[in-house]
Amino acid sequence: MAKDGYGTTPAPGLWGWINARFPLESMLKEHITEYYAPKNFNYWYLFGSLSLVVLVLQLVTGIFLTMSYKPNAAEAFASVEYIMRDVEWGWLIRYLHSTGASAFFIVVYLHMFRALMYGSYRAPRELLWLFGMVIYVCLIAEAFLGYLLPWGNMSYWGAQVIVSLFGTVPVIGESLAEWIKGDYFISDITLNRFFALHVAAIPLVLVFLVVAHILALHQVGSNNPDGIEIKKTKDARGIPLDGVPFHPYMTVKDTFGLGVFLLLFCGIVFFAPTMNGYFLEAPNFEQANPMQTPPHIAPVWYFTPFYAMLRAVPSYFGTQVWGVIVMFAALMLPFFLPWLDRSPVKSIRYKGWISKLALAVFALSFVVLGYCGMKPPVGNLPLVSRVFTALYFAFFVLMPWYSRIDGVKPVPERVTYHAH
Amino acid sequence: MRIEILPRATALAAVALLLLPLAAPAEEGPSLPPAGNDVRNRDSLQRGARNFMNYCSGCHSAKFVRYNRVAADLGIPEAELKANLMFTSDKSFDTIQSSLSAADAVKWFGIATPDLSLIARARGTDYLYAYLRSFYADASRPTGVNNVVLPGTAMPHVLVDLQGLQNAVFKSEAGEATPVFDHFEPVAPGRLSREQYDEFVRDTVNFLQYIGEPIEVKRRNLGVWVTLFLMAFTAFAYLLNKEYWRDVH
Amino acid sequence: MSDVVDQGRRRLLTAATALTGAVGAVFAAAPFLASWKPNARAKALGAPIEIDISKLEPGAMLKVEWRGKPVWIVRRTPEMLHQLARATPFLLDPGSEASVQPAFAKNDARALKPEFLVVLGVCTHLGCSPLPKFEAPDVTVSADWPGGFYCPCHGSKFDLSGRVFKGVPAPSNLTVPPYAFLSEGRILVGSDSTQSA
Repeated sequence: MAKDGYGTTPAPGLWGWINARFPLESMLKEHITEYYAPKNFNYWYLFGSLSLVVLVLQLVTGIFLTMSYKPNAAEAFASVEYIMRDVEWGWLIRYLHSTGASAFFIVVYLHMFRALMYGSYRAPRELLWLFGMVIYVCLIAEAFLGYLLPWGNMSYWGAQVIVSLFGTVPVIGESLAEWIKGDYFISDITLNRFFALHVAAIPLVLVFLVVAHILALHQVGSNNPDGIEIKKTKDARGIPLDGVPFHPYMTVKDTFGLGVFLLLFCGIVFFAPTMNGYFLEAPNFEQANPMQTPPHIAPVWYFTPFYAMLRAVPSYFGTQVWGVIVMFAALMLPFFLPWLDRSPVKSIRYKGWISKLALAVFALSFVVLGYCGMKPPVGNLPLVSRVFTALYFAFFVLMPWYSRIDGVKPVPERVTYHAH
Repeated sequence: MRIEILPRATALAAVALLLLPLAAPAEEGPSLPPAGNDVRNRDSLQRGARNFMNYCSGCHSAKFVRYNRVAADLGIPEAELKANLMFTSDKSFDTIQSSLSAADAVKWFGIATPDLSLIARARGTDYLYAYLRSFYADASRPTGVNNVVLPGTAMPHVLVDLQGLQNAVFKSEAGEATPVFDHFEPVAPGRLSREQYDEFVRDTVNFLQYIGEPIEVKRRNLGVWVTLFLMAFTAFAYLLNKEYWRDVH
Repeated sequence: MSDVVDQGRRRLLTAATALTGAVGAVFAAAPFLASWKPNARAKALGAPIEIDISKLEPGAMLKVEWRGKPVWIVRRTPEMLHQLARATPFLLDPGSEASVQPAFAKNDARALKPEFLVVLGVCTHLGCSPLPKFEAPDVTVSADWPGGFYCPCHGSKFDLSGRVFKGVPAPSNLTVPPYAFLSEGRILVGSDSTQSA
């Protein structure tokens, strides 16, 4: 099919006028109507589009929140209550945003787990995976910065703890932490710069990275639960035999997925916006108080696996930097997955029992660490955290070994699909 | 035969994890008896508003709460609001300020009295219900009372003429260093019976829950309609999805 | 694709889903648009204000701010009130037919009590604040100036009741806000009911 532009006869009417000047039709074809997605996508493949939906939701609600929020220490807390009480529908916009933050991590974690199961990080999708990981790291930064803005007591002490991590860096640590804060404590100055980063800098980077992530996906084509390249088997017109056009087949599927997601999401927004203290924490309904730490500090649930790893490592040689190193290593290791996995097959469907066990243990350790990170480090919990931190690391570090020796099942030529 | 056990199992586990937060709260304090208040009960809220204005607002502000919002939400006529509930302001759109200044509070109680707008969200209604019922005589305290739920509290027992005074009986368990609270013993009766006093506190706590999130009842009511609407949307989308995927073999 | 596709059913379901989605989008957009409306705080800050006019001298003007706009209160002398009739033939809307004011101010004095003029000091042309020019005549305005207000932005002229002259850019008389006398020396601006909010 000829592309519009020079040398082709433009279509008549407004549509032709636009396409002679802007590649709208070819873009729509390339990315939507003639993008072929594997027909054996299962429901795990909904979380990509849902992540995009939540991103848009966060951008829109965030923009509206900035219209009433005051980024200074004296007024921030009161301005959030102003949004919750005085601004018409402000409560809804705020709850959508606060619930959206947690929803973002839920869909992104499920999206990432899908990639782990079906080997979506394997060649030729390494760059796609790396873009995704950078998005995830940006998301963590975005969530952390945004968490300070309500200026509740948990916001304050959470930021205090995390910024102090930078203070453990040898030699430059103290000045680094002060540089980040712009003050000797988390102050109005810190809040102001966190606001700028949260509402302008990081969202801009996120949007750019999401576009790059989608372009990289459409360059190599989607993986699928069988881990088979559908581009290998094409018909006479060059269309993958196991592919279906993204529109309408995936758009209708995503629309249905969106409906289910919105039911759950709105269920939380309207019936349990604090999610029993998991999404909005009770101490954050008290204004930031530099003189008084809440009795028990824990990050929001999506950070707790990493927080547990941070706490799991004791201090050696008079410094706590080891825990910080472990935590950042835990965050960095997934970047290397494309090169750690040496299995001849991509999908967990055709991998052997060792890989299946490893993935199950990894998922379990992430959940257990998440639980440990929420609770005070008493009783068995520090030991449990250490064991599961080790298991988390083992999943990555031992992968080059176990993925090679693990048995494999024969991979079929074509994807497995049973018509509904 | 497809091998889908792992994805299926993880999907189930993921759903279970999502539901877990509703069962177990993030912060677990000592278990307190439930306050048993109902924020949809307007009569209780009206009584609670009266209790709050008469007994709390002298020392505590609710600086995010506007009088006219309370009147509108609780169905209190403006005239009645002005005559009976507004003590520190004559403008109904004002927020609830206390007549006690922060400086005076520090001078008298050694601590600035907390604003109560969000106290129910920060501490929970069960805590407040227990707190207001757990004052006991303690001559060692400057206020003459102490509190089982918040030992060393700076707050005097402002409701003593309603509840009456009680003693707390502590029991020393074998091997325990500090004695543990066991039960209360009435010393001097108040104007209210025990049941009446509990009801009084329940109404007050109910009002505190209301001012913590004035939109709560409307939010839940709206949520029902949103859910019904989304169910219709999802049903159509499900059928549409099924219809299109009949093409794919 | 061997099965026969029921295009009718497909169109119907597409329409149903799209329509429900569109309705949902409208419902979702409404709260965001509504969040721009003046809210409870704006209403509280924009509530009627009480002004003490007991110390206002005859012939003097008091400026107060209400909802971010200047409100002028002029205590007019008998001579100033007399000038109103002199100005009438030159006015665009002497009867205040096309101007904004409470019903009680739809008269030559444009006031509840002729002695006191209460108007918004905002030119009805493009929102500048006109200057008081009470002296008559005043050559800086015109040779036969009967006294009133003059807008420096685009030269609009108003008489001592805030009524606009013919041949100037402003299309209507100055706006009279709702107000009421709480007592002899106290005035409430923003509400024409003596019951304060």
